[in-house]
Amino acid sequence: MDLQRLEEIELRLLLDGVFEAYGYDFRNYAEASLKRRLRHWLAEQGYASLSIAQGEILRDRAVFTSFLQGLTVNVSEMFRDPKFFRTLREHVLPFLRTWPFMRIWVAGCAGGEEAYSLAIVLHEGGVLRRCRIYATDINEAILDRARDGIFALRDMQNFTRNYQLAGGTTEFADYYTARYDRALMLPALRENILFTPHNLAVDADFGEMHLILCRNVLIYFNPTLKERALGLFDTALTAGGFLCLGMKETLEIRSIAANYREIAKGIRIYRKDYPD
Amino acid sequence: MQQLTRSVVVIGVSAGGFEALKLLLGALPADFPLPILIVQHLRSGSGSLADSLQHFCGIRLKEADEGDRIVPGIVYFAPPDYHLLVERDGTLALSVDPPVRYARPSVDVLFESAAESFGAGVIGVILTGANDDGSKGLQLIKTAGGTTIVQDPADAEVAQMPLNALNSGVADYVLPLARIAERLCTLTMGLK
Repeated sequence: MDLQRLEEIELRLLLDGVFEAYGYDFRNYAEASLKRRLRHWLAEQGYASLSIAQGEILRDRAVFTSFLQGLTVNVSEMFRDPKFFRTLREHVLPFLRTWPFMRIWVAGCAGGEEAYSLAIVLHEGGVLRRCRIYATDINEAILDRARDGIFALRDMQNFTRNYQLAGGTTEFADYYTARYDRALMLPALRENILFTPHNLAVDADFGEMHLILCRNVLIYFNPTLKERALGLFDTALTAGGFLCLGMKETLEIRSIAANYREIAKGIRIYRKDYPD
Repeated sequence: MQQLTRSVVVIGVSAGGFEALKLLLGALPADFPLPILIVQHLRSGSGSLADSLQHFCGIRLKEADEGDRIVPGIVYFAPPDYHLLVERDGTLALSVDPPVRYARPSVDVLFESAAESFGAGVIGVILTGANDDGSKGLQLIKTAGGTTIVQDPADAEVAQMPLNALNSGVADYVLPLARIAERLCTLTMGLK
C-alpha cells in the first residue's frame, strides 16, 4: 500500500480516537492545513508516524494537550486588517450605540488580540461599559494567555501602526504598560471580556448576540463544519445584528446568506435582516 | 458535474516577480489546459497582483478565495498575508498559520500541498527571487513524481531563489524565462 493512502487511514483512525476519547472533533477540519500542522507537530515531538503517536495521544493527557496546542494555536495581531476595524468604527458603532446593552461574541479569539482590539474600539466609541464580550476558543491554554493580556513588546510597533490605520483616536501606548520585554494591556479593557472555552465543532451557541466576530477561523473548516458554525452564529445573532468574517471569507455560497447583507463591499461585515 | 482536474501548475516567485509574471503569463494562451496557482511574495498592504497584471494577459487572473474550485485556464494568486493551499478535491484553502521562514504566503506551503493533493500531476516552477523559499517544496513535487522547472539563474532578475532550487538537484528543466511558457504548453499538450 502506498504511503499516502496509509497516512490517510492513520489520520482517520487518530481523529476518530481523539473524538471518542476527548470529545474534540477535528474530523471536519480542512485537510491540507490540518495535515501540515500534524506533520509539524510529529516532527517536533520526534514521532515517526501518526500510528506511533496515536497510542500516547489517547493514553496520556499531557501528550494530548501538546497535540491540541500543535493543532489549534493561532497567532494573530491587534487590529489585523485595519480597514476592517475602521469600518467597524465608522459603520457599525453608530448602530451599536442605539442598544442599551450589547452582547458580543469573538469566536476563535486565540491569544485575545482581536478581543482587546475590539474593546479599544468600543471604549473609544464610548460604549464599552455597556458591552459584554464573550471571547471563546477551543484551546484553554491559550485562553489563559489571553486573560493575562500580556504581549511581546516587540509586537507593539506593528500593533500601533495598525491601530493608527484603523482610525484610533488617541495613542496606542495609552492602552498598555511596558515592562522589560512585555506589554501588559490595561486591565480596564478586559473588565467586560469573558474569556471562556467553546468548541465550534461540538458545542451549542450561548444566547442572544448583537455582534459576532469570527475572523480567519472558518478557513480551517471544511464546508460541513463551516455550515455548522455559521448556523450557530445565525441562531445567536439578533435581527439587525452584525456578523464579521475574515477578509477572505465569504457568506456567499452558505445557506444562511439569504438573510444577510454585506454593509461594505469586501470588508465581510454582514448585517442580519429583520424578519418580514 | 465538471470533471475534477488532476493536474496543476504551481509557480513560486519573489523579487523581480512582476516583470517575470508579466512575460510568462502574457505568453500563455487563454485556454491553457491546466489551472495555475501562484505564490508571489509581496509586502503586506500591496494591491491585488491579479488586477495589475490582468491588463497584460489573455489568460484570466484572479486572487484566490477560499473554497474556489480550481479550473483550467484560470490563474489563482495567493492573497497577501495568507498561505495558499490546494485540497485533494481541487478546492483552494487559505491559512493564517505563521510565516514559513519569514514568508506568508510561502511557496513551500503551496508546493507541499500541491504535491500531496495532486502527486505526479504537478508542474512546479521557480522564478526570480532573493531567498530560498520553494526549494523544499520543489523537492516534494519531484518526490511525488511531478515535473520541475527552474528559471535559469543567469536569466533571472534576482538569481538566488532559482539558484537555490537548482542546487537542490531536482530540476527537470532549466530555462530562460522566455522559454518557460512554451515548455508549459508542450508539457500539457493534449491534457484537459
